[in-house]
Amino acid sequence: MKGKIADMAATPGKKDREDREEKRRSLVMDALIRLVREKPLGVIGAVIVLGMLFVGIFANFLAPTGYNEMSLASRLRPPSGENLLGADHLGRDILSRIIYGARISMYVSLGSSGLGIVIATIIGIISGYLGGKADTVIQRFVDGWMCIPALFLILTIMAVVGPGLVQVIVVLGALYGVASSRVIRSAVIAIKENQYVHASKAIGARTRTILVRHILPNVMGPVIILFTVNMGAAIIAEASISFLGFGIPPPTPSWGGMLSDSGRRYMLQAPWMALWPGIALAVVVYGINMLGDALRDILDPRLRGRLGRYGRGKVAAASLSGRPGRRFKRGKAAEQA
Amino acid sequence: MGEPETGAGKAMGPVLEVKDLKTFFFTEEGLVKAVDGLSYTIREGESVGLVGESACGKSVSALSIMRLIPYPPGLIVGGEILFEGKDLLKISEEEMRHIRGNRIAMVFQEPTTSLNPVLTVSRQLSESLALHRGLNREEARNEAVKSLDLVGIPDAHARVNYYPHQFSGGMQQRIMIAMALSCNPKVLIADEPTTSVDVTVQAQLLEIIDDLRSRFGTAVIIITHNLGVVARYVDRVHVMYAGRLVESAPTGVLFSRPRHPYTRGLLRSVPRLDVPRDRELTAIDGLPPNLARLPIGCAFEPRCHFAVDRCREAPPVLEEVGQDHRSACFRNHELE
Amino acid sequence: MRAYMIRRLLLIVPTMFVVTLIVFFSVRFIPGSTIDLMVAEMAGTSGEEVDRDALERALGLDVPVHVQYARWLGVWPQRDGSFHGLVQGHLGTSLWRNRAVLSEILPRLPVSFELGILGLLIGLVVAIPIGVYSAIRQDTAADYVGRSIAIFFISMPTFWIGTMVVIYPSIWWGWSPSMELIPFGEDPVGNLAQFGLPAFILGMYTSGSMMRMTRTMMLEVLRQDYVRTAWSKGLTERTVILRHAVKNALIPVITLLGIMVPILVGGTVILEQIFCLPGMGRLLIECLTRRDYPILCGLNIIIAVFVLLINLAVDLTYAHLDPRVQYK
Repeated sequence: MKGKIADMAATPGKKDREDREEKRRSLVMDALIRLVREKPLGVIGAVIVLGMLFVGIFANFLAPTGYNEMSLASRLRPPSGENLLGADHLGRDILSRIIYGARISMYVSLGSSGLGIVIATIIGIISGYLGGKADTVIQRFVDGWMCIPALFLILTIMAVVGPGLVQVIVVLGALYGVASSRVIRSAVIAIKENQYVHASKAIGARTRTILVRHILPNVMGPVIILFTVNMGAAIIAEASISFLGFGIPPPTPSWGGMLSDSGRRYMLQAPWMALWPGIALAVVVYGINMLGDALRDILDPRLRGRLGRYGRGKVAAASLSGRPGRRFKRGKAAEQA
Repeated sequence: MGEPETGAGKAMGPVLEVKDLKTFFFTEEGLVKAVDGLSYTIREGESVGLVGESACGKSVSALSIMRLIPYPPGLIVGGEILFEGKDLLKISEEEMRHIRGNRIAMVFQEPTTSLNPVLTVSRQLSESLALHRGLNREEARNEAVKSLDLVGIPDAHARVNYYPHQFSGGMQQRIMIAMALSCNPKVLIADEPTTSVDVTVQAQLLEIIDDLRSRFGTAVIIITHNLGVVARYVDRVHVMYAGRLVESAPTGVLFSRPRHPYTRGLLRSVPRLDVPRDRELTAIDGLPPNLARLPIGCAFEPRCHFAVDRCREAPPVLEEVGQDHRSACFRNHELE
Repeated sequence: MRAYMIRRLLLIVPTMFVVTLIVFFSVRFIPGSTIDLMVAEMAGTSGEEVDRDALERALGLDVPVHVQYARWLGVWPQRDGSFHGLVQGHLGTSLWRNRAVLSEILPRLPVSFELGILGLLIGLVVAIPIGVYSAIRQDTAADYVGRSIAIFFISMPTFWIGTMVVIYPSIWWGWSPSMELIPFGEDPVGNLAQFGLPAFILGMYTSGSMMRMTRTMMLEVLRQDYVRTAWSKGLTERTVILRHAVKNALIPVITLLGIMVPILVGGTVILEQIFCLPGMGRLLIECLTRRDYPILCGLNIIIAVFVLLINLAVDLTYAHLDPRVQYK
């Protein structure tokens, strides 16, 4: 009898555990795989985002001209062979400016989102994990911060610190950092209450160990979602404030800036000046949001795992010979069905 | 207490027949055969207990009868469920809707989350009355008060306007029972009705169900993992393991002469008062099966003390081992 | 319930305090720049030497920052010994126009308010039905279309749409938005027509996030046990969704309103600029260029108060709607 039990313990159960450990190994890999398999729209979004990054990084090679090469002859020229997207009021090639604009957008989105995530994680973890007085004080601060409309605060601060790329990134980063800290904090609190954290503490694990081993991995999901969401928000925010004249100053080609004064002033004569930056913005932000949405569907623990819908009471009896549905074709289910 | 009253059940014909029901779940871990060829019959006014460990398929079989299997990932892939001359798995959703809550009703395990928190009890009780029996608001409300009385909720007249969270767990479960029985269904399915309530309340609830059963002639299916519940309140017991029926017998017979090794293991593991306290508890060896990776042979074989080689080759089928007593084991006739 | 209300009201105090800190100090980061600007302008127009110190003293900028803050709050006496600050209801005086900040802001309030409300209403009307439908038909074509629309709306830069909408019709049809505000009292139809377009754009933008929130809430509710119970009673899909699910799902969506307000306000800034509506957003831009600190502070404070009040209203409404909170 003992041998039998040992046998059983050695075979199916162990294999299960190993399999499960492998699966859990990389959240990122897992997310990527699921993304490709289940969310075609998310993949499109990812492609767009990667496209922007690519264009931004290799702008030097891709752009036909520099972003500030003025040419009197080409002033306000409509889209043509030489200027594929037309030229602006200073004769600069719009296509090149759009391409370099991608680089600016890339800096802004990655920079501010990254900074924001770091700030949010720090605040969220401190506030959530420590709790008590520290938490109350920090949360009052965050509450107050959230009361002030983002745009107001950004514009106000930008007016004070002056325009510039770094300033924009820092300000946006700080803003998103504080705003996103709430989400991280909730996640931390949820995990903190989990039994295995209690268990860890009971065996005397150091705070640092607990944080790294338990809290951090579980916070990764919201972190990834927040990062992508804030990327899109940052691009629009930067475009908005550049549009209003408080963001990145000319001649640096920011898509928002291209849309502002000069874009509007020459609207009647050269509508393409404002058209292309807007399209670029819309496409990139759309892609980022698509990606963020897909990631959220995959990573959000509440929505994870399809629970399906009641009331569709389907019975496959009639279609037993056929396939139960395209979506079940993947993996083992297909073999066993 | 002896054998429960079965007078009402014996003479009547079958009211619900489950034949070779198969319900599968298509998950990422693989195909889960939650219910794999389940067959049983329940007669008018009879009470039947469906017993087994967690995740043995008993709840899924009940939801399958009601055709409430969420799709995706679940799907009823085969079998027949005969009720009132129709196969429930073949009728339209519209027809099924008329049966739910009306001819077949269900009570769920967690009364606290199973009642809508933003609607009054009166509303929730009146709904099915208005829908299935065509009562108007006034009539439905009166009926609601009456049914609350019937299940023993004091001061029903006032309390009918309360919200669910204002009642205790036991009361909420009574409300659920009242809701289920409001349209006088032929079959009541109670899925673990007592699991989430106190021991004292458990007995009360079961008494209420039993009382209403004899009053209205409702057939009752009680799903539980608690043998104590089964011993006292049901006429027949069906034991399930890994999605299949492994033994089926009248209650008294099952408890006194269990045949299947699993049933024996279950009965043996129940702590008893008449045994010296220092004796170790006996448990069934091994772990519950992984429904996504069932063995080719008997599902219970890995944990069975009586297993032989034949048990690994094919799953055993149910066969008669006595009067009205079936068991699914290759060694049915060898073991005693 | 009452205890909850009191607790909730008390919570406003520390939050307001934090708001005043943030607003004040974020604006005062680099002191003196207003003076520089003013000196430059005055010297330019009058051609005389300007006494910086006198200017500073007149504007109250000669004392340390924390004293300025305390005076602005109204907890420290002004130079003449009186208390004249926030606590007393005074928002200060504009640095440039020497009028009370409040009198500058108040006339602009209704404009922004109207734009915001209209935008919100349009957003809700669009967002909720689509969000609910998207949830009950999860993962079908309808769902994908609904979600794509939602993302489409959030991705549209409002200022781009606004600009396009203002410019192209003027190219094609010679139409452009009126430069003057049409007050509601005088001409309701004209007023609504004027606000219609910017409110529509604003509404579309906000509907994006509200749609997704509604969908998420609906999805969560549809998985609940009580929805399963409703199905088991044989109720029609319509009844289950509308009576059982939606009510539960919309309650948290109300809390969304509290979050949406700051976003709405941000939207009004841009749209007022494009459509030439004299609202608070435009005032903000004007004052930013002039570095008119008191008005900047005043605007932020008023908005913050507004947001706080809205959040309070939302919380109380939530408590009222959810019976579980009410009868505790």
